Amino acid sequence: MHSFHLTIVLAPLAAAIIAGLFGRQIGRAGAHWITILGVGLSFVLSVLVLKNLYWDGGAAENYNLYTWAVSDGLRMEVGFLIDRLSALMMVVVTFVSLMVHIYTVGYMKDDAGYQRFFSYISLFTFSMLMLVMSNNFLQLFFGWEAVGLVSYLLIGFWYTKESAIFANLKAFLVNRVGDFGFILGIAGVVTFTNSLDYATVFANADSIAAQNIEIFAGTPWNAISVICILLFIGAMGKSAQAPLHVWLPDSMEGPTPISALIHAATMVTAGIFMVARMSPLFELSETALAVVIVIGAFTAFFMGLLGIVQNDIKRVIAYSTLSQLGYMTVALGASAYGAAIFHLMTHAFFKALLFLAAGSVIIALHHEQDIRKMGGLKKYLPITYWTALIGSLALIGFPGSAGFFSKDALIEAVRDSHWLGQGPIYWIAYLSVLLGVFVTALYSFRLFFLVFHGKERMDDEVKSHVHETPWVITAPLILLAIPSAIIGWFTIEPVLFGGFFGDAIVVTSAHDVLGRMGEEFHGSWNFLKHSFVAGPVFYLAAAGVFTAWFLYLKRPELPAKIATRFSAIYRLLEQKYYFDDLWIKGFAGGGRRIGQFLWTRGDEQLIDGVLVNGTANSVARLATTLRHLQTGYLYHYAFAMVIALTLFLGWLLWMH
Amino acid sequence: MNFSQHILSILIWLPILGGLGVLALGDGGDTSSARAGTMRLVTLAISLLTFIVSVFLYLGFDGGTAAMQFVERAPWIDALHVEYYLGVDGISAPLILLTTFITPLVILAGWKSVSSRSAQYFAAFLILEGLMLGVFMALDAVLFYVLWEAMLVPMFLIIGIWGGERRVYATLKFFLYTFLGSVLMLVAFIYLYGKTGDFNFFSFNEVSLTLTEQKYLFIAFLLAFAVKVPMWPVHTWLPDAHVEAPTGGSVILAAIMLKMGGYGFVRLSLPMLPDGSEYFSGLMIALSLIAVAYIGLVALMQKDMKKLIAYSSIAHMGFVTLGFFILWSIGSKSGAALGITGGVVQMISHGLISGAMFLCVGVLYDRMHSRQIADYGGVANTMPVFAALMVFFAMANAGLPGTSGFVGEFMVIIASFKANFWFAFVAASTLILGAAYTLWMVKRVLYGEVANNNVAELEDLSPREFAVLGILAASVLIVGLWPAPLVDMMSATVEHLLEIVSHSKLPVN
Repeated sequence: MHSFHLTIVLAPLAAAIIAGLFGRQIGRAGAHWITILGVGLSFVLSVLVLKNLYWDGGAAENYNLYTWAVSDGLRMEVGFLIDRLSALMMVVVTFVSLMVHIYTVGYMKDDAGYQRFFSYISLFTFSMLMLVMSNNFLQLFFGWEAVGLVSYLLIGFWYTKESAIFANLKAFLVNRVGDFGFILGIAGVVTFTNSLDYATVFANADSIAAQNIEIFAGTPWNAISVICILLFIGAMGKSAQAPLHVWLPDSMEGPTPISALIHAATMVTAGIFMVARMSPLFELSETALAVVIVIGAFTAFFMGLLGIVQNDIKRVIAYSTLSQLGYMTVALGASAYGAAIFHLMTHAFFKALLFLAAGSVIIALHHEQDIRKMGGLKKYLPITYWTALIGSLALIGFPGSAGFFSKDALIEAVRDSHWLGQGPIYWIAYLSVLLGVFVTALYSFRLFFLVFHGKERMDDEVKSHVHETPWVITAPLILLAIPSAIIGWFTIEPVLFGGFFGDAIVVTSAHDVLGRMGEEFHGSWNFLKHSFVAGPVFYLAAAGVFTAWFLYLKRPELPAKIATRFSAIYRLLEQKYYFDDLWIKGFAGGGRRIGQFLWTRGDEQLIDGVLVNGTANSVARLATTLRHLQTGYLYHYAFAMVIALTLFLGWLLWMH
Repeated sequence: MNFSQHILSILIWLPILGGLGVLALGDGGDTSSARAGTMRLVTLAISLLTFIVSVFLYLGFDGGTAAMQFVERAPWIDALHVEYYLGVDGISAPLILLTTFITPLVILAGWKSVSSRSAQYFAAFLILEGLMLGVFMALDAVLFYVLWEAMLVPMFLIIGIWGGERRVYATLKFFLYTFLGSVLMLVAFIYLYGKTGDFNFFSFNEVSLTLTEQKYLFIAFLLAFAVKVPMWPVHTWLPDAHVEAPTGGSVILAAIMLKMGGYGFVRLSLPMLPDGSEYFSGLMIALSLIAVAYIGLVALMQKDMKKLIAYSSIAHMGFVTLGFFILWSIGSKSGAALGITGGVVQMISHGLISGAMFLCVGVLYDRMHSRQIADYGGVANTMPVFAALMVFFAMANAGLPGTSGFVGEFMVIIASFKANFWFAFVAASTLILGAAYTLWMVKRVLYGEVANNNVAELEDLSPREFAVLGILAASVLIVGLWPAPLVDMMSATVEHLLEIVSHSKLPVN
């Protein structure tokens, strides 16, 4: 299998290099063919790897490719850990990436940077695969930063657009805030285990937990809690958890295919994947898990609310992504890592589908993104309509859809997480994911109704040109709609309750809520029936859809009235809780002001003005006098040499 | 004469004598004449030949030992026991390779940018190369001092003759700093000579010294080296010198000359004054962290690209001194070698990246004659190939994994976490600050709509410029993806250095 693994990462890399460096020579068709073939090959081989590990009972593989460096006994390696967790991620990543590659042929067909775009998305696929296939923290960080780089390049793909180049800088810097925590976490891991290798670190997890670290003198904190929280700060950046979420909505400035691939299905889930991968560490710190769950709950509920007031089709979906990532984070915090990864998988399908469907609408309307200028598109875009409906139903957890199984299981896991006790953390987590269901249904179907139903609000010029998009765009929609609709049926039992992840995910028995749920699980059909009687989830979703229908189709004049009536709340939502101000005015502005102060007061006035120039002026006066005797700066130096040598010789003579 | 026995002398004298030859050849008073063309080719050939000789040095170098290799030793001034004593170990060898690698690129980059006295210009770089190589090889204090001072002459001329408008101020500041620093180093050498009776570095390493002696000597060395690094607060000469220096001068200054300071600390301060170094290690760590955070913030606000990169250099060199001086804070835990190795790797990496960044600014300056960020905007529209390379170097400057910029910073951050959480906390702020100042500049210079007519008329890289930047990009990538050869070269030397440092030199009563 080793040659498979290597081919899986190298095929997209090679394609990216060829399309990037020789784009002009191979032409547009050459660029898309070579990258599609590269990613296609990776996808097929990833499926074979998963098949080998799951159906054929193959053993997980953990090996090093080459030694990056060895210093001070610390081995820094590049290598692969291929178990079912990484294999599942590989299949999801390569599948969505393949769909996006095909879709891009249609979406970017008139763009001057066609080859560059294909090169970037293939490079992204390579980086993401290196991240999920890594067997050590160094390579994880390498992949982590590499996907961040490609995300930066792609958000700013249209680099003449001011909003795009603002957004990509913002995205990179906010992610770097997360990485700041992440690298400290990795340094902490090395400090306590002297290793970067997952297996070695996990084997020594107990010994980390037995030690303390004094960050503030006199207050010893458990080392594993500190390390896990630092690592989680990294996840908060990449997986856009509040307050590090501010970059994701702006990242919508990038072309839609990458919003689907990078900013919905794969890169943003890297943080979720990372925490699941680190489960042997997180399991040892209930403090860290509590932090995870609270951050996730806040993001899941409050970011969902913001989706209701957005009018840009992509931004609505972006806030939905934030909220769904919050769901996954809550699951991680509840020790239901499997449920988080399961939701990650279904979400990758239906959210990529929704973004690509949005992209289909956008190009059908000649790059219109404002949903107030849409409406009634059902009859013009039938394939887009039906696939978007499947995606939306999956997103709100309509019974039977992929999203239903993953979200219902996730919510149930949170509800039954007894180790959380009945304290505020439990109720924050549970109520957030529960009420979030209503919010999700409301913003999803608000979007759906405003785009596809109701009055046609486009101008006539646009309307006359609207027609369904070409097959390279609709085919990926259909191919993504299929798993969005049905994959939950087949996968819930093996993935969640069948011990699918084996040793890849470690859960202590006190936290093992999925294990207990598995004992009561009697097939997908029963799970489905159960959902109607077990709890309010289904009814909350239905209420959300009904509310959306009532407000946006039945009584479309109402939302404006509500906004006026509750203007304070509306403004808070419209201003996105002022998080952007916190970062842009607070941190970025503050940093610049401090920098300016240090430069003008510190360097220029204090050091140069008082210390240097004071001395320099006296020397300058001397030098000016001497310059009349001889020209050229060599003289200054010769002068120095003479003085130095005089001192030197004088000293020697004196000593002898 | 045996080649391998004299390889170090060849490395020093080939470029120096070659430089004198170039000077003799001249350019016939016209930079576009055939004679000037020949002169440039001769210069390039000499620098390439020097590089090839250094490749043999690399091939013959044994990374498994900490002993000095390729040693050449001959009496020079018998009466004072001054020797012509050369040798390389795992710390100096990478720096020698860096020097011989960068010099031909600088010569190639300056092919057309000098309009007057071109023979003197090229000769200055060759002579400078030989002198700098000598500094990295000298094992005798007088030889070291002579080369250390002599090296400043060509740099002084490069800035003073081919520099910008405010070169008088810049050279004066440069002169003042370096002169004061070096004089005290000389005094320290003489003092040590009084103790040992010769100027041999190894004698200096072995002689026992009281803590008071070590403290004074440390301060004397510190002034010489801190100015070169440069460390806060003796750093303000650097932005001015860079701004006024021609592109080639900036590259050599940033890529190699700044490394003299770091090299001085590991070659002299640490092994000769272990107790003094320990005594001052807290101060050194504090100054290093100030360089990372304070200078990072100052870099953010620069309006001149060269100044911005100059400040960025200071911030990056903070990692070098941090890596060298945290070993006492780490205590018994492993990690000390990681810090020193990281510091040396950072020196090499910074040589490549800052050199490339200054060359990028040079490419723009040659076309637009402005270094002001505000004069640019949307350069990527007219110079896409250049923009791709500059974004790559910017990412390397921001320490992206996969580039050389990450390697040293990663090692030093890990080592500092072992020492103290807060050291690592401040050091890791470079992830945010480094990205902020570099990429903000990239945004304003490269991205956006074409800002003005000058930008609209820009031409993309010439094959010569592309070759220079391409070679640097490849080397940054190779070191980033596989630093093992570099790290292995120095590991035995670093272990040996730690062994020396761990033994107190205080006199035993």
